[in-house]
Amino acid sequence: MMFSPQIILEKLPEIGSGLFVTLILWIVGIAGGVAVGFLVATARRFGGRLINLVLGGIVEILRGTPFLIQIFLLYYGGPFVGLMLDPIPCGLIGLTIYSAAYYSEIFRAGYAAVPRGHVEAAECLGLTRLQAIRRIQIPEMALIVLPPSINLAVILLKESAVLSIITVPELTATVSAIGSQQYAFLEAIFLLAVIYWVIVEVTGRLGRLAEQRLSRLRFSKA
Amino acid sequence: MTLKLFTLLLQAAIATVGISLVSIAIGFAIAILLSAAALSRKPIYFLPARLFISFFRGVPLLVQLLLIYTLLPVIGINVPSIVAAIVGLSLCTAAYQAENLRGGFESVPIGLIEAAEVTGLNPRQTFFRIRVPIAMRLTFPALVNEAIMILKSSSLVSVVGIIELTKMAQDLASSTYLPIPIFASAALIYLVINSVVSLVGRFAERSLGGASA
Repeated sequence: MMFSPQIILEKLPEIGSGLFVTLILWIVGIAGGVAVGFLVATARRFGGRLINLVLGGIVEILRGTPFLIQIFLLYYGGPFVGLMLDPIPCGLIGLTIYSAAYYSEIFRAGYAAVPRGHVEAAECLGLTRLQAIRRIQIPEMALIVLPPSINLAVILLKESAVLSIITVPELTATVSAIGSQQYAFLEAIFLLAVIYWVIVEVTGRLGRLAEQRLSRLRFSKA
Repeated sequence: MTLKLFTLLLQAAIATVGISLVSIAIGFAIAILLSAAALSRKPIYFLPARLFISFFRGVPLLVQLLLIYTLLPVIGINVPSIVAAIVGLSLCTAAYQAENLRGGFESVPIGLIEAAEVTGLNPRQTFFRIRVPIAMRLTFPALVNEAIMILKSSSLVSVVGIIELTKMAQDLASSTYLPIPIFASAALIYLVINSVVSLVGRFAERSLGGASA
């Protein structure tokens, strides 16, 4: 009881455009989230107590409330404060803010997790400050930050499906609309699940591969 | 934003908490079996268990809910949408909790298991009296995190028409044209619930003697 191949072939361009929107949302959400999250974590670490307190409060609010509520606030509440957003920009902004809150926590932990002893050991061995940063601190931080970052990237892909509720024409919205038109809703949702599943599995595997490469870097003799 | 609207939101929050707690409890029961199966050496146990865990962790909850919501009537199971919602949330959280527990089971010191065997416990007793309690204590913080995730994710059951906090907020926002105060209040209620869960979790963790096995 699957989609007949003709329907898939006929609708392939539409499915493709939905997938494209999802991938754009995902990539922008990750890139924006990493950038803003890194700034937030850095500001919290070096910006003094007040900044740490204020940013920490915002991060806690974003992490303690459902993404759907945040999106509703932005999409339906925005126009009341002069912020008229179309669904796609609204989705991009919403996903980036959400993602930044979680990435900032990952970087915060990363900052704290490089052991001081390693940096001191590098200095004792005669590495310059720059060498110590390049050869010790950055690889170690990357290694610490990478697994939770991949995890978060996968969570963001799945959260992006929520944006279908505010009519962002991404994968979930597109494929379920095709399902309703063709009276084949179950088959459409099944196809949808499989597409997400494949992307998540591939991402997870690539992540593990990157981890292995990085850990080799960590213990390399060079 | 009147007191009456806020009271309506609070009432709907009871549904959110109820749905989440029931799903977490059912999910936990399924997760114990699932993680044991995933750790088994027999392919008839570990293959389906790992497939299940991979699927429910790899597909957005919204898509899972839509899938279950449409699948159940097709295979002849006609249940109220609230049941479909709880089934969806339970299966999803079961997969995540199983993955946590699997990590916990793998960290149970082998010496303790050997000691149990030497003491004369059979494999069943070793599993339920030694491995499960230790794994549970090790994974308790992850369970609290998962509870908070589910409280937030339960907002998605609004899509299949369940009146919980998010759906109530949505209905009130569109009937009163006050989206900002209403969604902000809903966000505040979620925040308070999650903070309470987090605090209770930390307290319970301490009285469990921390994460040390």
